[in-house]
Amino acid sequence: MTICAIDFTISWDYIAGFMPEIWDGFFTSLKIFGIVLFCGFFIAIIIAALKAYGPKLVRSILGVYTWMFRGTPLVLQLMLVYYGFPYIGITFQEGIVVAVIIMTLSAAAYEAEIIRGGLISIDKGQFEASKALGMTFLQTLRRVVVPQTVRRVLAPSCSEVIILFKDTSLVTSIAVYDLLRRASGRAGYDFTIEPYIVALIFYLVFSSILVIVFNRLEKRYSVSL
Amino acid sequence: MEPTFAAISVSLGGSLIEMNIFEYIVFITPQMSEGLGTTLMIYALTILPALLLGFALGIVKANGPAPVKGLLGVYTWAWRGTPLLLQLMIMKFGLRYIGVIIPDILGAVIVFTLNMGAYITEIMRGAIQSVDKGQYEACHALGIPRGRMMLRVIIPQSIRIAIPPACSEAINLVKDVAIIAVIGMQDILRVANQITQRDHTIIPYIYGFIVYLLLSSLLVKLFGRLEKRFTSYD
Repeated sequence: MTICAIDFTISWDYIAGFMPEIWDGFFTSLKIFGIVLFCGFFIAIIIAALKAYGPKLVRSILGVYTWMFRGTPLVLQLMLVYYGFPYIGITFQEGIVVAVIIMTLSAAAYEAEIIRGGLISIDKGQFEASKALGMTFLQTLRRVVVPQTVRRVLAPSCSEVIILFKDTSLVTSIAVYDLLRRASGRAGYDFTIEPYIVALIFYLVFSSILVIVFNRLEKRYSVSL
Repeated sequence: MEPTFAAISVSLGGSLIEMNIFEYIVFITPQMSEGLGTTLMIYALTILPALLLGFALGIVKANGPAPVKGLLGVYTWAWRGTPLLLQLMIMKFGLRYIGVIIPDILGAVIVFTLNMGAYITEIMRGAIQSVDKGQYEACHALGIPRGRMMLRVIIPQSIRIAIPPACSEAINLVKDVAIIAVIGMQDILRVANQITQRDHTIIPYIYGFIVYLLLSSLLVKLFGRLEKRFTSYD
């Protein structure tokens, strides 16, 4: 009597066979992750500063921006732009362009809120003292506010970065050949689960590396309120 | 593809019918509502089990014996360290390839519960560990047995600490449910996708966008009030 018909033997040859395309997908994911991280970070700083110190109108507009990008799923944003925009005249040659732009805007929205929280928590006395010392607003930001803010937002920002890496898997939905798409494509083609297991390992290892690096960073530089 | 805003042509039962935006929105509302129903159902089915699971496992992880802590550590490491979409794909497709078939909604609820449970476990564990050690010492000095100490002193304080991040997770859950659209399940996003392909207009996507925006804003308000009620003494 057969109780369990699942074949537990691992075929290493088979896995070695599809590794090249998995690596390909991984580097695509990594590329997207890197670009979004870099651009998103800079945009987030600008948005946070504007939201914390800017005129009311600018704050409102940016408020709507962060509300829309944080209040809707990233998948929806990606699919809306990639599949929906052609119907209002904007077509994209490649999914990866949409992926990078939308993920950057989304990541910037989340990160901007984190940074803004840090900026707001800086005591008003710091600004007053800087003014008393004759520093301009920009000088105050650069020499007094930013160093303190960096240490406060380090912990939540690191969590956000790890979430960002996992979110790159969502670009599968707009036909970008990242790690997940390669894995699911191969798994679907051959009707095997091995590609998924390999993808799991890739994501797990990389996110663990990020966690270890960030833990060390946080230990050295972070300060909690 | 013509940009269509003023008039949308919909093919119904063989003939082409022209509608303006408002008529079209009313026209697609039944289908979109079904998608919304699926989304809400999955959300409702996972939020309570996930919170309970995370709550229980968090307590165990903070106080349990080392091997249990290790096992739970692997659980949270694996479920927090891999993307939700990958987990869903393994549940729906991967398991099928090794012969295990699980009905769609059940599978999705299981994955979401285990996923969110892992995050809540870590939140709860962190909350318990952040309770001042003096509390433990005071209970010991008063001769309060360990079980009662946990139940009456430590855990209530932990819950209060854990509520803000837990509420934040609960709000994020509704956005995560949208991911089931990528594995072919009928949530608002997938319905919007299908209608867009059928009628060649961007309106379903905008509709879905607005629905999610309102939904998450509503949840933010609701959970915000919940947070205020429970953390009012801080």
